[in-house]
Amino acid sequence: MSAISRRTMLTRGLAAAAGLSGLAAAARIADRYGLVPPDGGGIYGPGETMTYAAHRLVTRHSLAREFDRSQISPQPFANETSPPSDHFKRLEADGFKDWRLSVEGLVARPASLSVDDVKRFPARRQITEIACEEGWSYIAEWIGTPLVDVLNAAGILPQARYVVYFSIQKGWWDSVDMADALHPQTLIAHAMNGGDLPVAFGGPLRLRVPRQLGYKSVKYINRLVVTDSLKGFGKGLGSGSAGAGYAWYAGI
Amino acid sequence: MAETPRHTALVRVTHWLTALCFFALLVSGLEIVVSHPRFYWGETGNVLTPALFSLPIPASRGTVPTGYGYVLPDQNGWSRYLHFQAAWLLVLTGALYVAWSAVSGHFRRDLLPERDAARDAASYNALQRLTYLVVIFVLFPLVIWTGLAMSPAFVSALPSTATLAGGRQSARTLHFVLALSLVAFLVIHVAMVWLAGFRRHVTAMITGASPRQEGA
Repeated sequence: MSAISRRTMLTRGLAAAAGLSGLAAAARIADRYGLVPPDGGGIYGPGETMTYAAHRLVTRHSLAREFDRSQISPQPFANETSPPSDHFKRLEADGFKDWRLSVEGLVARPASLSVDDVKRFPARRQITEIACEEGWSYIAEWIGTPLVDVLNAAGILPQARYVVYFSIQKGWWDSVDMADALHPQTLIAHAMNGGDLPVAFGGPLRLRVPRQLGYKSVKYINRLVVTDSLKGFGKGLGSGSAGAGYAWYAGI
Repeated sequence: MAETPRHTALVRVTHWLTALCFFALLVSGLEIVVSHPRFYWGETGNVLTPALFSLPIPASRGTVPTGYGYVLPDQNGWSRYLHFQAAWLLVLTGALYVAWSAVSGHFRRDLLPERDAARDAASYNALQRLTYLVVIFVLFPLVIWTGLAMSPAFVSALPSTATLAGGRQSARTLHFVLALSLVAFLVIHVAMVWLAGFRRHVTAMITGASPRQEGA
């Protein structure tokens, strides 16, 4: 086997350098256009960034599939949640009269909305599929206020990049970028299949993000924060489940 | 190295990258399946609906009735990260391999079934060639397609990905069956390499040396 010549070494060195600076430039461009997810560091960062960037280039405005009424699952599966707190039980006993959804952060007019305030916005009804990362799924009709309407009423400031949403259950929170936050199908759902949203399915208010897996549709939301950075939230990875090892972007 | 290598450098590098990615996809895929070892047909399916079939294994979720009295630990966080990272690397590796093979004549020379039996004996026989072609041009594209059909965002841009597969749950079931057929290929592939001379053929795929140089 012949020794590698100086010319070959030089060519390979230059190619490697070009490749590396090309990657670095690609990473900078991706970051400038908001194509790097908050969990884009670490060993799985390259794969996550490729998925998120590819989806943002292809699916920014696309609509999740909507189904016929006849396709609604007769037996939707609620999945299990941690037992409700005493505070939640008191609110529930009162018909969620005192439930508040606060709208905070980078908005001109922060607000605190009751469930009725949320219901006063024009409702959107959509029959979509919710798919769990475990593999199972069901189709239901979700009725709610598009998140974009609530955000617009509060006046989104131009620096906004993410909307963080919190469940009343401690440690359960998540976030979406503005493409999903402003998407017409992202709902603050308050009803399902013709009745109020059952507690098992996230009532009184659940954020429905139909273009992502089920775990992004956090139940019992009581706080929305518009922000330009996720660094100040938890571990800075964009969600409580990302802190537990789950990917922030779940459009897969 | 006087003669032409048995396998070119590009074939060798893409072969081992594919092997590495396949192993990562298999392990992470099994971990993901363990969270819900039930399969369905059509658009939807969950523990309240009848399964097409279930795997007789314990699950990593207490909500799945398995008949086992215990629940395995949840490994889905890293498994999902690894699954998609390996899928990207495999798709890029595959694209490089297919583009290079089309241009260099590797497909025509080494994989299209040969009429001349004498040349046949010098490399792969017709059945081997066909098997490789099916893996490269049928199984891998189908497993990628059925994977994409499970992505709610991708399907929002291209709904036919899911509807042509018969729905999301059908796509998931097909994805699993396709993965099993790739495992079956792997078993046969390794068995044939074993029968043909494991060390010489693995060396050939690493260094490019002809497996017929010694002893043949």
